[in-house]
Amino acid sequence: HITTSLPLPSERDHLRPRIDMIVFMIDIKSKYSLKNVEASLAHVDASFFLGKVCFLVTGVGRVNYCSVEMNAIWKLGEVYCSPVLFCELELEGIRVATAQRLLRMLQICAGHIPGVSALSFGTLMRRSAED
Amino acid sequence: LFPPPPQDNTDPQKTAFLLRKQWTLYSVTPLYGFSNAHLKHYARLLSAFIAAEKQKGLAVEVGVELDIKVAVSSIPDLKGSDRDQDAILVQLSLRPPASPKNSEEKLVWSGCFCSVSGDHLSENLPEDFTCLPLFLANGAESYTSIVGSWFQKTFDCCFRRLAISPLNLSWMAAMWTGCQVDKTTSAMELIFSVPCLPYPLDISYAIHPEDAKALWDTVQKTPGEITQEEVDVFMDCLYSHFHRHFKIHLSATKLVKVSTAIASAHCDGIIKFLQSKYLAGVLMLLTELAISQIQ
Repeated sequence: HITTSLPLPSERDHLRPRIDMIVFMIDIKSKYSLKNVEASLAHVDASFFLGKVCFLVTGVGRVNYCSVEMNAIWKLGEVYCSPVLFCELELEGIRVATAQRLLRMLQICAGHIPGVSALSFGTLMRRSAED
Repeated sequence: LFPPPPQDNTDPQKTAFLLRKQWTLYSVTPLYGFSNAHLKHYARLLSAFIAAEKQKGLAVEVGVELDIKVAVSSIPDLKGSDRDQDAILVQLSLRPPASPKNSEEKLVWSGCFCSVSGDHLSENLPEDFTCLPLFLANGAESYTSIVGSWFQKTFDCCFRRLAISPLNLSWMAAMWTGCQVDKTTSAMELIFSVPCLPYPLDISYAIHPEDAKALWDTVQKTPGEITQEEVDVFMDCLYSHFHRHFKIHLSATKLVKVSTAIASAHCDGIIKFLQSKYLAGVLMLLTELAISQIQ
């Protein structure tokens, strides 16, 4: 399911399947997309932040088009305890690889992979210096 | 944080040639085997190179046979501190062959290598390297290409167009708005390019310089220091104001050009210096960008 912002319209709540994972896409070329994501985060239930949320930053292939400061994105990942992935949508190889990664993460979040739960994503977030 | 501008011991006459001209920016890796003592020699070599290129048919002036004179000089005034190398100026002038020796030479191209407070690049480099990471070119692209090739071949360096990201342009907008200018000045102008359209569309946003300065003064907490947060707040105010009137989110577009009374900068790496008082400050910022691009 794709949407441009949250919250999702309540009229279709009963038709919607269970949401297992949320990927917030931030376009590094658009400050607006960051602001939009920040505003939408407020509408997400806290339980999602136990491994069921990730940030996908696109447009990273072209450093000189950067309108969003990287520190702001790192901070977002830290504050919401969620992984930050990078992708350049214009390159097919990276696009496909990223899609496969997200699919794998989704399988884990939906409980389809026995022995691995979404909570383990949280351990990947912790920097080794803190241990 | 924004360090204080370098000491203004410079003779403004020596650096006046930089003002009010459009300069294309490049980052240059350190030059190997370059020496300030051999500038006249380099001028002769470069002159011969240009003549040879012309023979090959890479003529820069079609048809007319013109004599290109090369001058290479150093500008010790153009630097941030004593740890910076002296700036080097290359000038190409044309003199029609039929006219007498003393006749008017027409300056057709200028190139300036400089480093303003760029000493951290040279910290760990061996003595044989000269660090002048910022290159400014004014004149025909064909001349830039020839001079660039010669320098690359002779000193084993690499030139790259310096691109300025929207993030850096926002910094410039905020920094330059805060500068004191004596007389009433031109409006601050921001130009945005709208993405994802089948036709090119640019939005020009002009702000009265006093309004812009008043806004920046309320945002900036410590004079002489600028933080990313302050720049963000400043730009967000401008964007919200625009949105209120035109219902367009400028934050979703790409900032491509910033023009203020101090200077104007374009994301393709084109700059115009308008105030000699702040010349060193702008050059320092550009040197920093050049160094980031090299590393």
